[in-house]
Amino acid sequence: MSTATARPKRRIRLDSTVIVYLALIVVIIIGAILVNTAGRNFFSLGSIRGILTGMSVLGLVAVGQTLVILAGSLDLSVPYVISLASLLAAETMRGNPNNMAQGVLLALAFAAVAGLANGLVVTKLKVHGFIATLGVGLIIKGYLDTNYQGSAGKVPAAFQFIGATGLGPVPISTIIMLALATLVYLFLKKTRTGHHIYAVGGSLEVSRLSGLRTARPIIVAHVICSVMAGLAGLLLASRLGVGSPTVGSQGGYDLLSIAAVVLGGTILAGGRGSIWGTIGGVAIFAVLDSVMSAIQFNPFLKDVVRGVVIVAAVAIYTGRRVERRRARFATKETAR
Amino acid sequence: MSAPILEARDVSKSFFGVEVLHGISVQVTPGSVHGLVGENGAGKSTLMKIFAGVYQRDAGTVLFDGNEVDFTHPIKAMQAGLATVFQEFNLLPERTVAENVFLGREPRKGGFVDNGGMAKATGALLNELGIDSIDPNARVASLSVAEQQIVEITKALSFDARVISMDEPTAALADHEVELLHGIIERLKARGVAIVYVSHRLKEVFDLCDTVTVLKDGALVWTGPTGQLTPDSLVRMMVGRSISTFFPGAFEGTTVGETRLKVTGGGNGYVDGIDLDLRSGEIVGVAGLQGAGRTELAEAIFGAAPFTRGTMALDGEPLDVHSTQKAVKSGLALITEDRTAQGLALHQSVLDNTLLVIRGVFASRTRQVRREVPGILSSLEISFRGLDQEVQFLSGGNQQKVVLTKWLATKPRVVILDEPTRGIDVGAKVAVYSLMRELAKEGVAILMVSSELPEVIGMSDRILVMHDGRITAELEPGSSEETILSAATGTISGPLEEVA
Repeated sequence: MSTATARPKRRIRLDSTVIVYLALIVVIIIGAILVNTAGRNFFSLGSIRGILTGMSVLGLVAVGQTLVILAGSLDLSVPYVISLASLLAAETMRGNPNNMAQGVLLALAFAAVAGLANGLVVTKLKVHGFIATLGVGLIIKGYLDTNYQGSAGKVPAAFQFIGATGLGPVPISTIIMLALATLVYLFLKKTRTGHHIYAVGGSLEVSRLSGLRTARPIIVAHVICSVMAGLAGLLLASRLGVGSPTVGSQGGYDLLSIAAVVLGGTILAGGRGSIWGTIGGVAIFAVLDSVMSAIQFNPFLKDVVRGVVIVAAVAIYTGRRVERRRARFATKETAR
Repeated sequence: MSAPILEARDVSKSFFGVEVLHGISVQVTPGSVHGLVGENGAGKSTLMKIFAGVYQRDAGTVLFDGNEVDFTHPIKAMQAGLATVFQEFNLLPERTVAENVFLGREPRKGGFVDNGGMAKATGALLNELGIDSIDPNARVASLSVAEQQIVEITKALSFDARVISMDEPTAALADHEVELLHGIIERLKARGVAIVYVSHRLKEVFDLCDTVTVLKDGALVWTGPTGQLTPDSLVRMMVGRSISTFFPGAFEGTTVGETRLKVTGGGNGYVDGIDLDLRSGEIVGVAGLQGAGRTELAEAIFGAAPFTRGTMALDGEPLDVHSTQKAVKSGLALITEDRTAQGLALHQSVLDNTLLVIRGVFASRTRQVRREVPGILSSLEISFRGLDQEVQFLSGGNQQKVVLTKWLATKPRVVILDEPTRGIDVGAKVAVYSLMRELAKEGVAILMVSSELPEVIGMSDRILVMHDGRITAELEPGSSEETILSAATGTISGPLEEVA
């Protein structure tokens, strides 16, 4: 009898985060070859700096988006939160360094309120995150369209400095993004609310029956996500020097961040995934962008490449998840 | 006898004006196992859910440890020390064992979740149950059904539960896992925990339970010590029938004829060396432990996970089943083991479900079959509100009848049934058995996979036993449970040599 029970049934599975980084390495190798063939150096300081800079804004948004998706929701309002945050900051600062703190606080406070609205609509009105955040996003968009014709306000030089400097090849903005990602990682790992974000995303019913207050983790995830989007707006304002009503939607940060999260191995339905996977996903996008610019790839085909990468990644993950049972025999003729 | 830890006095409950529990009084003593038996719909689950705080009673009182209690939420019952292991597990598959056990009560150190301490505490609880094969840091999805159940029990234990109710805990377990569970229950008993045990398996009731309560149609039929019961008297109380009528013999006029389905050297990633003859009019039972490859065999024949080696023939013609569509066209049918996930579109109507296969594979026959469906359904004695009722609102037995109708509509030549009576009541079981015999009489070849040994013994004209992906024994009808079990665990081989 013991022979049957002792059979090892757990095989060593590659963690999906590991796969993301393996994929990143593959993308880097192929990219380096392509760029070198085009007569440029992929590993030049400028190129590395470009990739890291490309990671910062999307990274901020995607880290927040990860939380929301883990909790079983979705945030489509991020582009508009980004735009309005950039405008609120730039208009409050009006080029005066003394107003910097006020501008930052106002922008983040607005973002937090937007996130709270998202979270409350999702949890109290029981509207799915897709629709809830689309609605909140459209409300903000309506406000933007009515009140702004173009960029407005001005940030002081000191504020522009944040987006422009770095330690060696590493931009400050990327360091900020990675520091926040680490914080969010610890939040997920080491706090009850973090654990419960996974729980409610995994199963609302199981969480409820286990006595969780299921609304709280979802609301917290939405607030953090919006605040991260607000930070992304501040960073963009620092780069542009002004606030812009279209900076968020032009960047396509809603769908791009969701794509990065999914590329990073987080399940769209919630309950499973990781921050570091998301960062890997963001890095893959940044490397792809950099490579495609370096080899002067047709800009209109860039999205085709991104699309192919996302679909391929999800197909691979899905295939891995279906493969639940362990094969006992080789599938081809030579089994015996 | 010590004072009861849990007591129901005259508990009644109605849903939508229909009383489903009529004044039930039951006492459960610490350190004992109390069996709750009855057909599906008898009210066992309702009573359990009233104890658990999922439902609120309409009348009567529930006393826990001598005090009247009124749990308004399952978590309140848990916190008071009354835990319930439901059939549908309340676990998060993507989280670890420890995270599941302490969900909502994660231990903290300095304000932060103490992941290490949590795993250690979970390991200690598992140890108390005598389990060392489960890693507290393993993802629940990577565990077997039996192990997941142990996680549920561990969770109950972590609440210091004094009463643990289990709803058909062995329904999805193979026999050696059942033994493991029974061992755990003995340990819990020794700790003074009372167990309320809902089961369909009569043997288990006699092996395990100190006291038994029999419910029928929401009313209390009998409650008392197990010693005063015999299997026959228990079944009579449950269904008003005796056990011998359970498994109908072959119907008059049934003849075992030519080989219908022949598999030679079949194999894929999950099964290997499959040689199989199914003759018309014959019911062949497949026994084996969970994970022995029985479901995989069924799926291979049906083309859901096709054989990659070997050949198949149907009525002497070579048969290449590379897709389920091809299988259905050739006259095969597979009644899957997971009714709700694989057998039915739960949100669709009875009619739509019964026409699912026909529409998909024989669309031109839809109109004709649509006229036949009501007849098939009523011959199976299904009870439902109408053809437009969503199947999610039917009981397990009636859902299974919808699945059967769906396949009967295709007029199959070979029918494969995977756990055909899992989680359905005795009445529906008998209906399924009769249907199998009726099909056999009509010349259909039947392959039945089952974890219920009495079912395999009672229904099979021939018994195949699988072990580690291979058919390791072919046994006569009426073989004893012991013979089947030892072949299933690989301790002996039957007439077939075990393939090395």
